[in-house]
Amino acid sequence: MRYILRRLGFYLIAAWVSLTLNFFIPRLMPGDPASAMFARFKGMLNPEAMAAMREAFGFTDEPVYLQYWTYLSHLFQGDLGTSVVRFPEPVTEVIAESLWWTLLLAGSAVVIAFTLGTLLGIVASWQRGGWLDSIAPPALVFLGAFPYFWLAMLLLYGFGFVLGWFPLRSAYGDDVTPGFTLEFVGSVLTHMVLPGLTIVLASLGGWMLSMRNTMIGVLAEDYITMAQAKGLPQKRIMLHYAARNALLPNVTGVGMALGFVLSGSLLTEIVFSYPGQGYLLLQAVQNQDYPLMQGLFLAITFAVLAANWVVDITYVWLDPRTRVR
Amino acid sequence: MVETADEQRAPARRAPGFLSQLLRNRKASIGLAVVALITLLAILSPWIVRDPGAFLSIPLQPPSSEFWFGTTGQGQDVFAQTLYGARTSLWVGFLVGTVVVIIGTSVGVAAGYFGGAVDDVLTTLINVFLIMPGLPLAVVLAAYLPAGPLTLAFVLVVTGWSWHARVIRAQTLALRHKDFVNAAIVGGESHARIMFVEILPNMTSLIVSGFIGATVYAIGAQVGLEFLGLGDVSVVTWGTNLYWAANNQALLTESWWTIVPTGFGIAIVGFALVMINFAIDEVTNPRLKAEGAWNAKLEAARVKPGFSTPVLRKADG
Repeated sequence: MRYILRRLGFYLIAAWVSLTLNFFIPRLMPGDPASAMFARFKGMLNPEAMAAMREAFGFTDEPVYLQYWTYLSHLFQGDLGTSVVRFPEPVTEVIAESLWWTLLLAGSAVVIAFTLGTLLGIVASWQRGGWLDSIAPPALVFLGAFPYFWLAMLLLYGFGFVLGWFPLRSAYGDDVTPGFTLEFVGSVLTHMVLPGLTIVLASLGGWMLSMRNTMIGVLAEDYITMAQAKGLPQKRIMLHYAARNALLPNVTGVGMALGFVLSGSLLTEIVFSYPGQGYLLLQAVQNQDYPLMQGLFLAITFAVLAANWVVDITYVWLDPRTRVR
Repeated sequence: MVETADEQRAPARRAPGFLSQLLRNRKASIGLAVVALITLLAILSPWIVRDPGAFLSIPLQPPSSEFWFGTTGQGQDVFAQTLYGARTSLWVGFLVGTVVVIIGTSVGVAAGYFGGAVDDVLTTLINVFLIMPGLPLAVVLAAYLPAGPLTLAFVLVVTGWSWHARVIRAQTLALRHKDFVNAAIVGGESHARIMFVEILPNMTSLIVSGFIGATVYAIGAQVGLEFLGLGDVSVVTWGTNLYWAANNQALLTESWWTIVPTGFGIAIVGFALVMINFAIDEVTNPRLKAEGAWNAKLEAARVKPGFSTPVLRKADG
């Protein structure tokens, strides 16, 4: 419990650092970004609305600490300003709409890649020098060396355009209405296959290698030799004795890699025009929509922090030692 | 201060040991050769290929004997763009690698060496930057700065320094209470000298692998940011090649040749660099070293590898 609370404290610090960075980045940049930012709104907003908007972001003539205070209080009310692209929708609403798609796509891809990679790593380390151990790691590392979005383009080209097996864009077909119907869920799933496959292919090698390497370390332990000597079934030694212990450092690795995988998945979304955070990020960049960009930075960072906390809780559940401390 | 003979000899003896061991490793030498070859081609590209920006021919021609990799949507030579693109992409990659090593090593060594409150603050900072997703932060930073390779390099250093700092801190902690460090403290050496002359030479392999890791990250992330349109789109780089390919509807027009060569360029360089890092691991990690020797022995004896890790005990030490 203390472990979980300590981690929570760290995440609060991390959240505060990212909030503060988000506040200072526009103010520390050369030139007058505030004007540049608000120049985008010219003609869209009347002067009063402009003033309100400036205040919402804390860009006033007040001293910096007061601006910071205004910024924080607006933030805690869920006010991140107004989006330029999707004017006049508030940034929070725009982000909230698409957050679920990113969580669904990246979340399921990470879970599949981690599970599959871990299993492959276990089998590879168990049959050291076997065909899986000698072919899969270099092949997957090579695959992982391609940029996520490049793999995405190639898969889209091959399976989407040439073979026509999967839909080319979006998260569900135009012909289905969102709702809990079999049709809709099926459409969502078929639209997830290619982007999901991209993320799984690109990240599989990393999970497999790290699991293989920790497994090799664990297999050298005396209790494995003991288990062999007792004549326990091989499967039991592999899964219950070795893999269970090798899994721990790997779970910590998930937290570390999450930010990286998510960055790749955002770019993957763009290729497939998947309506998640990545696609929004592209629109924000193309239209210099600074409020949306900064809102996305915060939303994605908080999502990663929350996911890390879930990983920590899993870790405590897996490792009894952390429960005692 | 009097330097003993041992002190003078020690780093000199260690450094070539690691590097020559590394060069004898097959993975490392192949990886190094590939990186060197591509770097050389990139440097020489102005004398090898046509002007990558010139509109030479009919747009979107498939690969032919005249245009080895075909032409882009604007009729530019894809082969020329692929080689030219390597110039900026590799240059920025190596620059970021160097700066990350300098910053990461300084922060990591300082955190591990001073300990206490300094360590607490620095470690928290390292961990915060480690956990923050790189792409969104990089996008926000790059969007406010003027577009260009140097902006990207800056942004990539900000988002990429923490991993190396973490590794170096851990290793410094391990070395912190060794006898030679205590001796140096008792001998009255300055903090800077202990950190950079006594401790640092013991981490050559980690610094080299940190440089390689950061370079791989920088090349990949840079391509991603440029693909988003955050680079200077008038400069030919691997990222802008893919940006233009996507903008010219490479997939709709089925012109796969505008994206495939650049992707392979990135992957081959990345893979070669990762191979060097694997080799460093093999050379410096005693367990992997023992494993390599064991596998060689097993192969010589034509025995199939078993399920337990070999523990090698040599009689002659």
